[in-house]
Amino acid sequence: MRNPLSKKIVEIQPSGIRKFFDVVNEMKDAISLGVGEPDFDTPWRIREEGIYSLERGRTFYTSNAGLLELKEEIAKYLERKIGVSYHPKENIIVTVGGSEGIDIALRAMLDPGDEVLIPQPSYVSYLPCTVLADGIPVVIPLKEENKFKLTKEELEEKITDKTKILVLPFPNNPTGSIMTKEDLAPIAELVVKHDLFVISDEIYSELTYGTDHVSIASFPGMKERTIVINGFSKGFAMTGWRLGYACGPSVIIEQMLKIHQFAIMCAPTNSQYAAIEGLRNCENEVQEMRRAYNQRRRFLIKEFERMGLQCFEPEGAFYIFPCIKEFGMTSEEFATRFLEQYKVAVVPGTAFGDCGEGFLRISYAYSLEDLKTALGRLEQFIDGLRKEK
Amino acid sequence: MNMRTEILRYMEKNSRVNLEELAVLLGTDEVTIANEIAQMEKEKIICGYHTLIDWDKTGEESVTALIEVRVTPQRDQGFDRIAERIYNFPEVNSVYLISGAYDFLIILEGKTLKEISRFVSEKLAPIDSVMTTATHFILKKYKDHGTILTPKAKAERVLVMP
Repeated sequence: MRNPLSKKIVEIQPSGIRKFFDVVNEMKDAISLGVGEPDFDTPWRIREEGIYSLERGRTFYTSNAGLLELKEEIAKYLERKIGVSYHPKENIIVTVGGSEGIDIALRAMLDPGDEVLIPQPSYVSYLPCTVLADGIPVVIPLKEENKFKLTKEELEEKITDKTKILVLPFPNNPTGSIMTKEDLAPIAELVVKHDLFVISDEIYSELTYGTDHVSIASFPGMKERTIVINGFSKGFAMTGWRLGYACGPSVIIEQMLKIHQFAIMCAPTNSQYAAIEGLRNCENEVQEMRRAYNQRRRFLIKEFERMGLQCFEPEGAFYIFPCIKEFGMTSEEFATRFLEQYKVAVVPGTAFGDCGEGFLRISYAYSLEDLKTALGRLEQFIDGLRKEK
Repeated sequence: MNMRTEILRYMEKNSRVNLEELAVLLGTDEVTIANEIAQMEKEKIICGYHTLIDWDKTGEESVTALIEVRVTPQRDQGFDRIAERIYNFPEVNSVYLISGAYDFLIILEGKTLKEISRFVSEKLAPIDSVMTTATHFILKKYKDHGTILTPKAKAERVLVMP
């Protein structure tokens, strides 16, 4: 029999820590700080609207790009939140989660050999999606000393004549780093100067603490060269509804729509109706969740400080990224031993790129009680390690 | 949102305040929290620290009734005087002045139906200004003070996910 598989697919490495994930998922009694999704239920208003839409028999396809009513609400929301105006019919496409948006944006924009700059540590899909779109991923390792922000120097160093796209993953999973207006200004300048495009993954935009999220699309000359990816999963606690959107120049959105139309048809109808309610009436619920995350964030920072675990202060998403280099083992070793001995699951930093070595991603999408229990065990574990030395 | 509101939002859900912990959660220091709480107690913004109890789960017999009361307000004293006569009974839990078809809504706790009906017929109805009463007994409490009393199924989340 012939080899049934595509070389391109086979050559994509499965995530290096899949083995670790498999071990964790089999340990039923483990407590976990490893999940990248909110612990809150979707706000009831939204769920109720979803139920209602099913009762009304809204069980058919929507137009490919999504319900106009939803896109209108998205346009208003973005105008309000990031100060960029998008035309609901021309600049917005409703996708199956932010992930689909990333995929189709890369596929719509890349020709074979085009380079895509991917700052890491960052979400796991940018690199394989680039490869699938025949692009060449070029990693920019971010540094803790810069609070895992992307600097102008780091960006400039990696730009070649082949560079076409910069992926901008802020607020960042897994580091919790954000890019402020001041941080973004020199990046935007370079992007314009070198005629690049940006895929700005802003899925955690609702979750910043202290300063409001700023989109690179709001800088002069940037709206025309940015695809903003966002969605309902994190801010609205709607992961399982699989609903996101991409916004950008109509020339790109039109081509993305082609891929979306042939591969997906449309995002789930039920989710789209529910999300309209979310955008119209759930500002309070979103704010309450943000407040809870912020309290847990402060708690963790303080606890790590007390334990003497080095950690920069995250300002976004719901992750904290402590450094474990003092223990002289890899992130995966640390996470594996911690799991085996204390039955707590955390994610090794290397899951998000090689430069995540020496760090752990700890999610605070857990109740304060759960966090206390897990941190108690972490303290015992690292006390033991320090005595071993 | 100012610090007072932040503290109240927290305490509304959990009055067992650990000052040290609350200071961390709200990003301030213990002294600030302690002072604000003391001040709010003084100003009667914080009026008490109660415990939310689901009596149904204890062996204790207890009955809660909502009573609608229509009254004729008295000259010069309006509703306040009548309200006072009612709320001074210790078994009366809450008294609200209400707009609409009736004037007061009273929440009453008693051990038995009999005890409550006796209160209505012997104490409440005979008050001069009281014209009519309508008593509703609570059959089941689903949610009280913003807390759902029926236990919720644990969320099914996978353990790790990038």
